[in-house]
Amino acid sequence: MTKADIVENIYEKVGLSKEESARIVELLLEIMKQTLEQGDKIKISGFGNFMVRQKRSRRGRNPQTGEEIEISARKVLTFKASPILKKALNE
Amino acid sequence: MVKSELIQELAERGAISKTLAETVVNLVFTGMADELQQDKPIEIRGLGSFRVRTYRGYMGRNPRTGKKVEVITKKLPFFRVGKELRLRLNNESE
Repeated sequence: MTKADIVENIYEKVGLSKEESARIVELLLEIMKQTLEQGDKIKISGFGNFMVRQKRSRRGRNPQTGEEIEISARKVLTFKASPILKKALNE
Repeated sequence: MVKSELIQELAERGAISKTLAETVVNLVFTGMADELQQDKPIEIRGLGSFRVRTYRGYMGRNPRTGKKVEVITKKLPFFRVGKELRLRLNNESE
């Protein structure tokens, strides 16, 4: 499934034009990205939570050369599935 | 941000009714959940991708009591952040 399939699904089920379906799906994704960019989390009941976590810098190793390198501090995005989704996947 | 707030913002910024925004948001996430339920991967450019990973069961121990417990095989969705969002989270550009 890609973004095009999501747009297609909206187009088929909602009765909007293809252009309008695409515009709304793009806007929805942009709102989600902006929210996460601000460090806020997104909770979708029945699906799961997206959360930004701050990682401190740490020492790592290039697995190929064995060379020690500094891994810079960064923000990572984690997703935790809701119990409802987990249950659905295991039925 | 919870789902109702996402719906509210989508309605406002998209200049559509709240009812329509709610329908769209619900369709997007139930559509994704259905896809994962069929073990199919999802790839949304810019945001990230999801796929279902199977975790094998094993015999574990309750670390507090030391009792043996069986951890059963399970499937969990695995999310990987997309390049655009990863860069945006870290205030970097391509």
